[in-house]
Amino acid sequence: MKVMALTGNEAVAEAMRQINPDVVAAYPITPQTELMHKFAEFVADGLVDTEMVLVESEHSALSATVGASAAGVRAMTATSSQGLALMWEILYIAAGLRLPIVMAVVNRALSAPINIHGDHSDTMGARDSGWIQIFSENAQEAYDNTIIAVRVAEHPEVLLPVMVTMDGFIISHTMERVEVLDDEVVRNFIGEYNPRYKLLDVENPVTFGPLDLQDYYFEHKRAQAEAMENAYRFIKEVDEEFYKISGRRYQYVEPYEIDDADVVLISLGSTAGTIKDVVDNLRLKGMRVGALKIRLYRPFPRDEVIEYLSNASVIGVMDRAIAFGAPYGPVCLDVKSVLQGTKFSELPVVNYIYGLGGRDIRPGDIERIFIELDKVRISGEVPKSPRFIGVRGEEDYFEKVKRLVKN
Amino acid sequence: MIEIRWHGRGGQGVKTASLLFAETSIEEGKYAQGFPEYGPERMGAPVKGFTRIDDKPIRIHSGIENPQVVVVLDQTLLETIDVTEGMPDDGVLIINTELTPKQVREKFGIKRGKIYTVNATKIALETIGKPIPNTVMLGALIRVTGVLDLDTLLKNIAKKFSRRYSQKIIEGNIQAIKKAFEEVKEE
Repeated sequence: MKVMALTGNEAVAEAMRQINPDVVAAYPITPQTELMHKFAEFVADGLVDTEMVLVESEHSALSATVGASAAGVRAMTATSSQGLALMWEILYIAAGLRLPIVMAVVNRALSAPINIHGDHSDTMGARDSGWIQIFSENAQEAYDNTIIAVRVAEHPEVLLPVMVTMDGFIISHTMERVEVLDDEVVRNFIGEYNPRYKLLDVENPVTFGPLDLQDYYFEHKRAQAEAMENAYRFIKEVDEEFYKISGRRYQYVEPYEIDDADVVLISLGSTAGTIKDVVDNLRLKGMRVGALKIRLYRPFPRDEVIEYLSNASVIGVMDRAIAFGAPYGPVCLDVKSVLQGTKFSELPVVNYIYGLGGRDIRPGDIERIFIELDKVRISGEVPKSPRFIGVRGEEDYFEKVKRLVKN
Repeated sequence: MIEIRWHGRGGQGVKTASLLFAETSIEEGKYAQGFPEYGPERMGAPVKGFTRIDDKPIRIHSGIENPQVVVVLDQTLLETIDVTEGMPDDGVLIINTELTPKQVREKFGIKRGKIYTVNATKIALETIGKPIPNTVMLGALIRVTGVLDLDTLLKNIAKKFSRRYSQKIIEGNIQAIKKAFEEVKEE
């Protein structure tokens, strides 16, 4: 193990160097560009054996990755925002073909208007595409999750593509302390890639993605849903094995000061770290607050969410994306749906939409959210629609709440 | 935790300085974050960079609003922006200028914080041969804050720069940092 000073992009490039994929196809897009820039340097310096395919678009990048993966080799790519949007058609194909591709997604807002900064709109849109989605709080987690993802994707009971995400700029361009495993340790952890089915194995011919009409399509989709269930079952085994080589234990969700917390705030990605600091500060002031970070977003950690929320009196859910036309943001929809039908279905849940287009979420913003949630707990009056935090036109929102909610 | 904000103009090396300081701190066993502000910056436009340093893991991922230390690479910025914005009253300002701290305070009407000055552009020209003040200011910064050891910084610069620059430029940078370390003026 060695300690390195790396940006999130560099940390994932370092993980990719150690994974040494057979094929990487890529097209540059901010804020992912530096990641592939760094990896291309490794290729040019002969530090990896990767065949690097430079393509003319993200649609082609993922198509080439799909082709390589189907042929029977380990294949990876990375993208952001509009790039992920352009991959749309192929996202479903990669999942439907059951190809264990690992893709880093550096989260960035979607156009229009054009914006290069971090929010979760890009990957949230892909949440039902059949890819496993793992969110990273910092550069260390982006590195670790990338290595874990290879094993998850290639697990014989899973065989699904995995997206490992990190917040654009906030993580991708911030230099942090990262503990990097030894090359040999990573190599042994991921192992040799020996897929059961290879398109180029002419001795054992198989077909990938043929016409599949009313007769069998539905069975294949049912099997794909089953694979996602298997992922939910088996990812914890891979996490446990990773703990043995790294000393870092990851769970589907990460509770923080939650055991005696009345108020629990749920989040994904880099904001989860900031929330921990705020929790510490508010606990010093005597408030019983806690946090729950969702690391594994797809498959959604339904049992863990129920388990950790069962002692809370009120829940806040942070969404860094809008699900236009839906009653709540995507994470809140999931949280509400898993609570529904349990004895916790009456638990008050308040949704906070924040940080779109890279808008900074400050400790003061989070503190005010906790204070509002505490008022909701006392008064029982639950805001029905999502709240927009840190946006013009909502500056006096908390003042309005104070008037609305009796102390 | 110490939080530092860097002000400069595009091309002066604000990004490099904010990241290099974080990198050096990490290599000395500390926890750190270094991140520039990304906007539509151009050569010559005002830009900012940020560094956080702590002895324990840093979990916050918000921008830095109340920096204890502000480093200004370009004196002309004092005329156009409030570099003390958000800085606490006992904060520290380190400015690249030929003026003394007292002259800076009077000329620009700075009411808060403790001011240190160093003529980093002159030092850079004499030692590196280019008016790039970023690494020079690192010397002043560690003198004033004491967060890092001078030898560690010099060793790191030599190591990091050896991949990209000639021995002459590395030597120049090392001399520049030492000079700034010695010449920084206190109020």
